[in-house]
Amino acid sequence: MLGERHLADSAVGCTQGKRHSAAGGASRRDFLKVSAAGGGLLLQFSLRGIAKAAAMDQGDAEPSAGPMMSAFVRIAPDNIVTIVAKNPEIGQGIKTMLPMLIAEELDVDWSQVRTEQALLDPALYGRQHAGGSTATPQNWEPMRRVGAAARQMLIRAAARRWNVDESECETTSGQVVQTSTRRALTYGSIAADAAKLPVPDLRSVSLKDPTTYKIIGHSTPGVDSPRIVKGEPLFGIDTVVPGMLYAVFQKCPVFGGKVASANLDRIKQLPGVRDAFVVEGGPDPHTLSPGIAIVADKWWRAEKARRQLQVEWDKGAGAAQSSAGFAREAAAFAAKLPQHTLRDDGNLTKALTEAAHVIEAAYAYPFLAHATLEPMNCTARVQNGTAEIWAPTQAPEPGRKLVASAIGLDERNITVHITRSGGGFGRRLANDYMVEAAWIAKTVGAPVKLIWDRGDDIQHDFYRPGGFHFLKAGLDADGKVIAWQQHFVSYGRNGKFAPSADLSPDAFPANRVANLSYGASLIPLVAPTGPLRAPGDNALAFVFQSFIDELAHAAGQDPLQFQIDLLGKDEVLPGKGAGFNTARVRGVLEKVREVSGWGQRKLPDRTGQGVAVYYSHLGYFAEVVEVAVARDGAVKINRVWAVGDIGSHVINPTAAVNMTQGAVLDGFAEALLQQVTIEGGRVVQGNFDTFPLLRLTQAAPIEVHFLTTDYSPTGLGEPPLPPAIPALCNAIFAATGKRIRSLPIDTAQLKA
Amino acid sequence: MKFSLQVNGRTHDVDVDADTPLLWVLRDEIDLKGTKFGCGVGLCGACTVHLNGAPVRSCSLPVSGIGNGAITTIEGIGDAPVGARLQKAWIDIDVVQCGYCQAGQIMSAAALLARTPAPSDEDIDAAMNGNICRCGTYLRIRKAIKEAAKTNLGSESGATAARKGT
Repeated sequence: MLGERHLADSAVGCTQGKRHSAAGGASRRDFLKVSAAGGGLLLQFSLRGIAKAAAMDQGDAEPSAGPMMSAFVRIAPDNIVTIVAKNPEIGQGIKTMLPMLIAEELDVDWSQVRTEQALLDPALYGRQHAGGSTATPQNWEPMRRVGAAARQMLIRAAARRWNVDESECETTSGQVVQTSTRRALTYGSIAADAAKLPVPDLRSVSLKDPTTYKIIGHSTPGVDSPRIVKGEPLFGIDTVVPGMLYAVFQKCPVFGGKVASANLDRIKQLPGVRDAFVVEGGPDPHTLSPGIAIVADKWWRAEKARRQLQVEWDKGAGAAQSSAGFAREAAAFAAKLPQHTLRDDGNLTKALTEAAHVIEAAYAYPFLAHATLEPMNCTARVQNGTAEIWAPTQAPEPGRKLVASAIGLDERNITVHITRSGGGFGRRLANDYMVEAAWIAKTVGAPVKLIWDRGDDIQHDFYRPGGFHFLKAGLDADGKVIAWQQHFVSYGRNGKFAPSADLSPDAFPANRVANLSYGASLIPLVAPTGPLRAPGDNALAFVFQSFIDELAHAAGQDPLQFQIDLLGKDEVLPGKGAGFNTARVRGVLEKVREVSGWGQRKLPDRTGQGVAVYYSHLGYFAEVVEVAVARDGAVKINRVWAVGDIGSHVINPTAAVNMTQGAVLDGFAEALLQQVTIEGGRVVQGNFDTFPLLRLTQAAPIEVHFLTTDYSPTGLGEPPLPPAIPALCNAIFAATGKRIRSLPIDTAQLKA
Repeated sequence: MKFSLQVNGRTHDVDVDADTPLLWVLRDEIDLKGTKFGCGVGLCGACTVHLNGAPVRSCSLPVSGIGNGAITTIEGIGDAPVGARLQKAWIDIDVVQCGYCQAGQIMSAAALLARTPAPSDEDIDAAMNGNICRCGTYLRIRKAIKEAAKTNLGSESGATAARKGT
């Protein structure tokens, strides 16, 4: 065992060629808190919690016996190794990937491994969260150390059994082997002894030489897939609790509205209805909102009863808001100076005056819903001062806090089962449905499964905020960008952006254009907003990367080379996360130029290639889209090339390709199909007819490549999405000469 | 109202409102949770089951309209060779992301392969376009269907069907 002993090889705060070492002193052996330089995210969990760790998700099959080596690892006498997966699985493959990290350093064969979903217990497991593509950078190091620690305990137990020195022992495929004699003990045969040993300090254990990896970097199918293809119950909506009732919850369709009166006496008389009541709730959409709960013996009966519901809503001030109104306000703002200056470099006015070409454009994009295929749902049991929650959630810990506060229980008395989620995309970072289920269960005094229908889901989301950008740029006679002015009309109030509606002052090309100003004006918004996969970036990439493409064409230059030239010299510019690394951006651009045959092929009439690149959530992606636009304006994506740089290892390659393809297609759905429109303070769309998702016939082939670079691995849920949208729009320009400046793409304007 | 349903080769007696969609009968009366609720109006395909071998959207099919029809769900499709091959291909090709739609996808694919053992891309398009995958696993779904079809052709009946040009 050698190499890789540095502790904080985290992408956060790590620049090429420089390794940070861990800060912080020793603490108790079984409760480690090490703050990593630049990250502060390593090893914040207890490794011992044997009694509590034994309680796992009810949905996991074949719980195996055997002693717990730590909160994460249990080894049975038959050498079956059970590894606890701590984070919520929402389709990103984390229930497979985190155990892979532990198994690698534990030195077992993957065929020996079973996985179990952990209950919520951050003190034991560390952060249990699915969002922001954070799990890989945060767990790459600690989870491998968890495996290495258990391995070291097994070596120690074997050495004692044989009465030899530990240095005479090695491991392979779940066995400890004495190097000289080749005698061997399976982990299962010594696990009971090993489990009695103290857990070593995670910082002291040595890690494998990455060139010897047998699991990391090897494609590993999803651990739940064999059960999914047989339809076994795994998802939140599949939860069964004895004696449970079913609920629907009708909120005011107008955001911010509440119940004035309702025909609850009538509803209570309907077949199967056990109760119907008004929930007062409050103004914060993240917790309990005002509405009407209907509880019945069957979900269908609750849903049917809802159709008889007659409610007088007190709609409130939100009823005056509309998407059309927002567009009018944005146009009015565009004629004025921004309310807020985000950045003001150089002398913009002078530079624009001196520019050889000035290019102006206005971009806009709509609100979007998440539309996970599994609608929001949650099952709750509240009794005797305790609560038990079964929730498909990306953020179980904040959810538990909200429930505790709403129903007046101590968090310690609330057990949260993290179920598999039928998609997340950021929607399940909010736990409104969890609070609703707990409240309703407490009110009726019985376990309750709350299931939203699709209308609830699309009309009560935390939307990707829409936005408007008014841009002006100046090029000098050589086509170099010398001025950039951007007025972002977004949503918010009192100088504060609404959630996910912000613009970083460091957004590229800041720090690369000498005379640059970013300003913002804010429209107050009643509808709730929140993170949608690659929040911020999913919209901003469209604006920035489309406008840069416009400038390239205005300069008469090749758009891909123009992007590379704009990056300037190799350095890390200020920016989110670890900063904007121009060398990594250039790397993916150059690779995508190569693999896509950029500019090398003669393309047919009304066919074109577009390129875009983006840094999002610590990952770098460049993408080329080839599109054919029919004479009727129909857009057909022929092929896509995606090149990513997510660091030194692609932990699970087949899953990484799958995730990249899915994210690119998600971007195409946003570009081509989707918008949420607000009228009279409520969402117009209500199901997949009006808020379409991409379908099989619209899925273009996507070729995925990863660059391996000298950085710690980072996540993949978000980074491939943002460039897909502008790459498509830039390809449409190349094919038709029509610039897409508003989403979703209006194909009527593409007619020949 | 009482109904007697034939599901995966077994008889199930249920007592539900006549307008209850088959989906909720399967999920909550017979406890077959594999069939999923997605949209409630037949737009997404997550609830796809077979009625007498044909794919139907169980969210929009009242239980009173089923009669003695033979229902097959994702829990039963593996008993048919074509279903088992699809399930294997789905795992081998690692199709799944969140997995919520995949029961419906496999049911639509099984109906396709049962009548078209060697489907063209156009056949796959026609049979599968009603099934939404929010995660975008479509490229692998197409590949897995072709993979299952390939193993299908290895069998005698498959080869015969292929020669007939189906």
